[in-house]
Amino acid sequence: MDINATLIGQTIAMVVFVWFCMKYIWPPLLAAIEERQEKIAEGLAAAEKGDQKLEEAKAEADQIISDARKQATGILDQAHARANEIVAEGKADGTKERDRQLAAAKAEIDQETNKAREELRGQVSAIAVASAEKILQREIDPKQHEDILGKLASEL
Amino acid sequence: MAEAGHGPQTSGDYITHHLQNLQVCKDESGAWVWNECAGNMAAINVDSMFWSVLLGLIFLVAFRNVAKKTSADKPGKFQAFVEIIVDFVDTSVKDTFHGKSKLIAPLGLTIFVWVFLMNLMDLVPVDWIPMAAAAAGIPYMKVVPTTDVNITFGMSIAVFILIIIYTHMAKGPLGLIKDLTLHPIAPPTKGIGIIAAPFIIAFNFILETVALVAKPISLSLRLFGNMFAGELIFILIALIGWFQLPLHFGWAVFHVLIVTLQAFIFMMLTIVYLSLASESH
Repeated sequence: MDINATLIGQTIAMVVFVWFCMKYIWPPLLAAIEERQEKIAEGLAAAEKGDQKLEEAKAEADQIISDARKQATGILDQAHARANEIVAEGKADGTKERDRQLAAAKAEIDQETNKAREELRGQVSAIAVASAEKILQREIDPKQHEDILGKLASEL
Repeated sequence: MAEAGHGPQTSGDYITHHLQNLQVCKDESGAWVWNECAGNMAAINVDSMFWSVLLGLIFLVAFRNVAKKTSADKPGKFQAFVEIIVDFVDTSVKDTFHGKSKLIAPLGLTIFVWVFLMNLMDLVPVDWIPMAAAAAGIPYMKVVPTTDVNITFGMSIAVFILIIIYTHMAKGPLGLIKDLTLHPIAPPTKGIGIIAAPFIIAFNFILETVALVAKPISLSLRLFGNMFAGELIFILIALIGWFQLPLHFGWAVFHVLIVTLQAFIFMMLTIVYLSLASESH
């Protein structure tokens, strides 16, 4: 292990290598690392901002949903009320129509009854007159006995 | 293989052979000679230089490739790996060195990766490369550059020069002299005590000079000692025949720790020394 000129050679080699490293290796590598660090920091900041925005959007969405729900409930209530109204209206209409038809039917029935009664009256008076004729064996002038027949018919 | 007693080679020969650098130097007649350079200060350890420069170039090429097509958006796997190392070094530098310097961080990165790669050569089984070299006609081949004191000392001298330069830059031309003479005991500037000032200055100077010179020496010898000892144990393990396999594995696992740790320590101490040099007391 004697000292010799290798020492100087190594010193020169080291100076050259360090110079090369300082000139051509260190700066680009460190620049890349620092650039990436910056990018990561920016990315993290952006992510945080995104989170915040998401939070805000969520709150907004919640607000919108609750509004919509309220509105929907309102509409539903209105619809119920309207439905009830329609049903009630329908019921009222139905009742009215039934009453009307009932009344019409009654009127018709009355009319028919009256008509039948009149007819019957006429026939009865005719029968009465015929039977009386037979009994009396003579003709009764219906014109002479019109007052009696009318009395009879009205009594029937 | 490395078994003692096979062939004419003794264990002593084996170890000595493994610890011998491939050297080239000029002899007295001025001709280049190989491996007869004991005591010649102008000799060059060709193997140490070769592996050191090769590993340094591997580091530079690999990292330069990443740096060229680096992208902040989608790092590839190797880029991610490189960036982990860069970030690790950058954090270490920022934690320790508070001034602004374009040099310290790349210096730390170069030292860390380069020393790590040189140390890592220790994990290549001790006979593989030397035997391949012997087959190619090269008699000696020491593959771990950091087990050569010249290599570690060469690096620490570069660091030492930087310490001087940084002191000079931070404290001016007189700063270094002041650092060396006015600490740790401040000499009295007035009163009767002024007589003692020269002695105190002389005392400070000796103390601080030793402290200053001890920095590069301890830096280089720490790395050299650790790696040399580790290598020596690998060589000793390689001597014991087939039972070396589990032992070798065990020591290699442990050595991975030393390899990384020593590279880190060399880098960290360099940063610390330079930050001490550029900070005023």
